[in-house]
Amino acid sequence: MASIKGSRRRGVALHAVLVIGLLLSAFPFYWAVIMSTHTSSEIFSYPPKLLPGSHFLQNVRSLFDNIGFFGSMFNSLLVAVSVTFLVLFFDSLAAFVFAKFEFPGRGLLFALLMAIFMVPTQLAIIPQFVIMAKIGWIGSMTALIVPAAANAFGIFWMRQYMRSAIHDELLDASKLDGANFLRQYWHVALPVVRPGLAFLGIFTFMGQWNDYAWPLIALTNPDNVTLQVALSQLNGVHGTTDYGMVMTGALLALIPLLIVFAVGAKQIIADLGKGAIR
Amino acid sequence: MATVPALQEPPAVVADAPAAQPKKGFRKYWHLYVAISPFYLLFLCFGLIPVGFSLYLSFHRWDGLGSMEWAGLSQYQYLLSDSDFWASIGNTLIIWALATFPMIFLAMLTAVMLNSAVRFKNVYRFAYFLPNVTSVVAIAIIFGSVFSTNFGLVNALLQAVGIDQVAWLNTPWGIKVAIATLMTWQWTGYNAIIFLAGLQTIPSELYEAARVDGAGPVQTFFRVTLPLLRPTLLFVLVVSTVTGLQSFTEAQVLLQNTSNDSTFSGGPDHAGRTMVLYFFQQTFDNNDFGYGAAVAWGIFLVVVLFSIINWRLVKRRGEE
Repeated sequence: MASIKGSRRRGVALHAVLVIGLLLSAFPFYWAVIMSTHTSSEIFSYPPKLLPGSHFLQNVRSLFDNIGFFGSMFNSLLVAVSVTFLVLFFDSLAAFVFAKFEFPGRGLLFALLMAIFMVPTQLAIIPQFVIMAKIGWIGSMTALIVPAAANAFGIFWMRQYMRSAIHDELLDASKLDGANFLRQYWHVALPVVRPGLAFLGIFTFMGQWNDYAWPLIALTNPDNVTLQVALSQLNGVHGTTDYGMVMTGALLALIPLLIVFAVGAKQIIADLGKGAIR
Repeated sequence: MATVPALQEPPAVVADAPAAQPKKGFRKYWHLYVAISPFYLLFLCFGLIPVGFSLYLSFHRWDGLGSMEWAGLSQYQYLLSDSDFWASIGNTLIIWALATFPMIFLAMLTAVMLNSAVRFKNVYRFAYFLPNVTSVVAIAIIFGSVFSTNFGLVNALLQAVGIDQVAWLNTPWGIKVAIATLMTWQWTGYNAIIFLAGLQTIPSELYEAARVDGAGPVQTFFRVTLPLLRPTLLFVLVVSTVTGLQSFTEAQVLLQNTSNDSTFSGGPDHAGRTMVLYFFQQTFDNNDFGYGAAVAWGIFLVVVLFSIINWRLVKRRGEE
């Protein structure tokens, strides 16, 4: 009896600590909600407000007056959605080839792919900027979409997935039925690896949605930027800032991301762990 | 969506080139080469050529507009004597250490607890992972208000227990602590989930054997769990080093409105100016593309060096 009581007490203590961690994780979001529902003078007063106020709609209105919120959100969606579909297509196609076909130079090309993994982005930024200025992409979303349209991580990830998920017998059977390479890719490979695609898609979307350094440099027209850059402009005004409004922007910018995460959380958390210990 | 045709055009070029050669192999496999070509073409245009060009650029003086001027090794000589660059390395390492060690400790602790708590495991994992998927820009804005001198929550708490206010974003250490806290908050849950995956590969018989031998929970952790978790620890440490030493957004957004002349200044006394911030300032505020390229190569060397050091430290401990 004593040991059961002891283990139960330990279980309660464990959950107590875990709940504290959970509250620490969630607190900044709650803090953002509080600030986005108060006026600046309320925010500046002491003691700090710990419960939501009633000025949310007012903050939303001044946010929409100050930045092209929906234009920026449209740009962010355009970039994130385009890149996600391009990455899913190009990466899975290349991964299918590396996973299931033999051809001269395969080992070398795949080793090159792994080496490319390691190349840091800083080194390429200046020339990328110069090249894109020359071809006239600077200032447009094309500068964000095209370089991101395929990546080494996705090819590597999908190859690992396809090697075990697609059975050779299935491919052989489809070949006997007269399916060519593209048909095999589309009708045999893709349906089997949907969970892998889901992970890569969510991962890519979130990465693009949150991307900041390159868009900050490449989008030279301050009226035509992504949401992250617009938020940063809002926050970056020297001197006094309307914190309630800025916080409302930060909060609203998180919503599409939270929706995507809520849909794919289970998948992404499970696959993340798998990828790390592989 | 005008980009799609532009992307599909290049592969056709590659398809022609091998087909023109008399080799039978290429003719037979050309569709496979076409299928993998988009990534390699993109990498050639936006990876390999730029990296090569940046090496070339680092031996020149160039403002991005006029003509390039051969500078030999002088950009690198200046880099070695540039106290601002060395200071930025120091800032980066201090912020990295302040963020990474608490983060790894907390992540491991969380993972061990999650591994033994059976109920609500998915709820916890979801909540702990949430900070990592949110954008750094939004988070930096939120943390800016948490650490604000006048109305920040941290100072309000200090005031409540009778401690003087701290000008967090105005003092060298305050700035570093604020940035490191942000990073710790954002990455602890992510790494806890990685550690949890590592923990779940440890066979339960080992724990049972330890218990039979009379080992307590602490002893079990250091004798069984930690040694077997070393590959995961190595992964976490190397990833944290590579991303942490290249941190940019946290400090940029948090401190961008502290100076009138540069949004990459890194706050008062440049106390939050990381290596990558310094790179952006030299390149895009000073329009010094040649020196910027040299700084980028300097950053690359520092990151490689510290990744190797980390790797060897963790590995050597494993061999003892």
